[in-house]
Amino acid sequence: MTTPNLVEQLTTKAGLVSATVRCVASMDEAMAYVADVCVGKEACQILASGCDAPLSGTAEALCETKQDKIICAPEMPEDAMAALSAQCAERGVKLITSGMRSYLGGIDIGLTMAAAGIAETGTVVVRSTNEEVRLASMIAEIHIAVLPASAIVADSYALEPRLVEWMGQPDFTAFVTGPSRTADIERVLALGVHGPLELHILILEDK
Amino acid sequence: MQDATTLKEYRKQLREALENDFQRQALDNFAVAYRTSRANAFADIDAPELIAEIAAAKDESIGRLEELFQEFKRHAEAAGTKVHLAATAHEANEIIARIGKENNVKTIVKSKSMTAEETHLNDHLEAQGFEVTETDLGEWIIQLRHEGPTHMVMPAIHLSRYQVADLFSEVTHKQQDVDIQKLVKVARRELRPKFCQADMGISGANFAIAATGTIGLITNEGNGRLTTTLPRVHVALAGVDKLMPTLHDALRIIRCLPKNATGQAITSYVTWITGTVPCEPSPGGTKVKHVVFLDNGRLAMARDPEFKQVLRCIRCGACANVCPIYRLVGGHKYGHIYIGAIGLVATYFFHGREKAKNLVQNCLNCGACKAVCAAGIDLPTLIKEVHARIQDEEGHPLYSTAVGQVLKNRKLFHTMLKSARLLQKPVTGGTPYLRHLPMFLFKDQDFRALPAVADEAFRDKWERIKPRVADAKLKVALFSGCVQDFVYPEQMEAAVAVIASKQGVAMEYPMGQSCCGLPLQMMGEKQAGRELAAHNMNAIDAQDFDYIVTMCASCASYLKHGYKRLFADDPAMAYKAAQFAHRVIDFSSFVRDVLGIADESFTGPSKKVTYHAPCHLCRGLGVTEAPRALLGEAGLEYVPAAEEDVCCGFGGTFSVKFPELSRELLGKKLANLKATGATAMATDCPGCIMQIRGGFEAEKTPFEVRHVAEYLAERLKHK
Ligand code: SF4
Ligand code: SF4
Repeated sequence: MTTPNLVEQLTTKAGLVSATVRCVASMDEAMAYVADVCVGKEACQILASGCDAPLSGTAEALCETKQDKIICAPEMPEDAMAALSAQCAERGVKLITSGMRSYLGGIDIGLTMAAAGIAETGTVVVRSTNEEVRLASMIAEIHIAVLPASAIVADSYALEPRLVEWMGQPDFTAFVTGPSRTADIERVLALGVHGPLELHILILEDK
Repeated sequence: MQDATTLKEYRKQLREALENDFQRQALDNFAVAYRTSRANAFADIDAPELIAEIAAAKDESIGRLEELFQEFKRHAEAAGTKVHLAATAHEANEIIARIGKENNVKTIVKSKSMTAEETHLNDHLEAQGFEVTETDLGEWIIQLRHEGPTHMVMPAIHLSRYQVADLFSEVTHKQQDVDIQKLVKVARRELRPKFCQADMGISGANFAIAATGTIGLITNEGNGRLTTTLPRVHVALAGVDKLMPTLHDALRIIRCLPKNATGQAITSYVTWITGTVPCEPSPGGTKVKHVVFLDNGRLAMARDPEFKQVLRCIRCGACANVCPIYRLVGGHKYGHIYIGAIGLVATYFFHGREKAKNLVQNCLNCGACKAVCAAGIDLPTLIKEVHARIQDEEGHPLYSTAVGQVLKNRKLFHTMLKSARLLQKPVTGGTPYLRHLPMFLFKDQDFRALPAVADEAFRDKWERIKPRVADAKLKVALFSGCVQDFVYPEQMEAAVAVIASKQGVAMEYPMGQSCCGLPLQMMGEKQAGRELAAHNMNAIDAQDFDYIVTMCASCASYLKHGYKRLFADDPAMAYKAAQFAHRVIDFSSFVRDVLGIADESFTGPSKKVTYHAPCHLCRGLGVTEAPRALLGEAGLEYVPAAEEDVCCGFGGTFSVKFPELSRELLGKKLANLKATGATAMATDCPGCIMQIRGGFEAEKTPFEVRHVAEYLAERLKHK
């Protein structure tokens, strides 16, 4: 299978599990998208979808810890950071790359680089041994992953040799397929339980 | 959590469960939706092949668990993880409590682990002063309600949004809306602080990869990720059966597990954790990590030729999803900790005979679980085997031994059946049903009319009706089974007429044949069953015949598969059983596929006929097309019914032991048949006919219920 087919398949499959997929021509375009999403979203999405629900004291208190709009972008390549910093400065968004443990109540966007994509299931593979990467992709209300088109493989078996190599030392790697979800109450699907409410995949076209 | 001490008490609990309307509706909806979503999920994948690969790979691992444990330990410890092997549930709980104390842990968050349910880990930790919070939404709900899961994948499937809203209102001390989306967000917000404060996270592990010392976790909610990331200490608890040689083994299972569990292509998250990773609040900035493997009898089980299959289980829950009984009574009454078919088997091993002895009898032997099992486990057979073992250990109930003694003595059994004909006269009222039954004998059996014993058994008619064939090309032995011999001989006669319509088929009815032995298997009377099987193989010398044809799906499936298993440990008999089994064929397949009888043999006006697929035909023998096609060949209009292949609730002795469940299953079956608009039904099994015809008779609905052979025979051009 050629890359365009894999891109197409990943896009379809990820769409089926409620992920948003965009193709971007450059890292600059990707970062502009990230800033747009951040500016466009409600200050605290949990507020929109749950904070009108009355909460107990401790849960309420945790929510207070976050005031500004925040993007956390740990371990992003230099060109991405240069573009994103400029965007964030211009649009009044706080950009951090570490210190996630101070924001466990939630941040707006966690931005990560995907190490690979799996077309068959619409999955992004995020190497997150670095704790900041792990937390950014778990705590954020929206997780955005930049996935180089060339890193998409057909199925999980095709990724096996690389995974095994990573597992040769302490490692934390995640297959992420769509946002966090549950059907535990009456089998009704609800997105955003403990993890992100949305997953956006930005497929970065090969140069 | 089923814990009745007597069968009587268990039946009382089952009756209560039947009255839980919400649960029944929820499970009904799920059972129907699951069929479609599973089929869709596997649309592009060869499911049987994948399942066979999983089974083979698991078997390979099961053969060397100890070695895999050592390999896992070596790699995991090199990467900083401590690895433990706990012999018992108590020991596992102790190890985990000790890790908590050594690390000054006060609060614990947990992500879902059936193994922790098995060991009652929460109770143990709480008794030692730890505060434990379940973080999987369903698990949290049931923890707050102080009850166990009712499904291995969807632990709170028995609860309504109203119940959850009430519960959350109580927990937050604020009134909550009855809105599922909002309730989920309430849980998100309430549990987040628990994650932040917790000192220790406890997870399960779906996979333990020996080659790299990696654990793999599959979750949807993301709680597993937070549990393994936020607290300074992480302990994973897994059965030793979760050990596998390589990552490939895990990837293979992932291709199947979510699809088989709920029809999901893959879970939102698959997390691979190797060794100790950075963790800010941990001493030295690195996570304190332990993996505790639980033996609790598994290593011994791995050496048991029959039961080692149990360790193949990947906990997908599918065997509950499709079980007609689970669907009626739910997980609290259909398992102790482990639920569904695997629960019936595993309870005996992990939680003991007392917890298993009633539970294990509650199985129709319908095979629906086996047909979907992600690991290809022969669950119905293992369930019967557990029943037999419990009876061997506890002593067989008197009635069970008595039936065993009678059935294995053909002359005595047949004499009893014949005298029944005379004794029943006062209760038939001249009809083919037993009426005016002494109620104390047949309590709760009134949901269907029971048939009377026929005036003349098939075996007594045989010499008169036997077709004489001059130049035989095929030699066929007829196996009638007890019901067709003594209750419905007309079904046998019809079959003989259909077969005789083809030239050159010589039929024999070996007189020495007796009951096939399936009822004994159902009752856990294994030894008597073996004797009976040997008797039948003697009575019908397989070498003399090309085929052994039977009109009873249950007999056919038992003769074909059951006999070989009975003699698995006896090479000489196993050979004989294999020769015998090889020749066994069901009526419809024989007529259509071997004799090639088709439309030119039949005549007569068309009418609508629906069909019931007997469990032992469609799953037991994998025969689905032949009977339906034959109805068409005979010029009948076959109208499919909903859930055609779901059990009618007969299950032989099952319907006598659990009449309240049999009644419900029959009710569903009748409703589905009536909904087709037809007023006639064909099937391939006299037991199903007895149940379904009796059900229509009891509710006074005119509906013709007959064997496929009867529909064919009456439409033969040349009789
Ligand atoms: S054989 Fe049928 S009744 Fe028995 S456990 Fe399996 S699905 Fe349930
Ligand atoms: S026994 Fe089979 S179907 Fe049941 S949970 Fe285990 S793997 Fe799944």
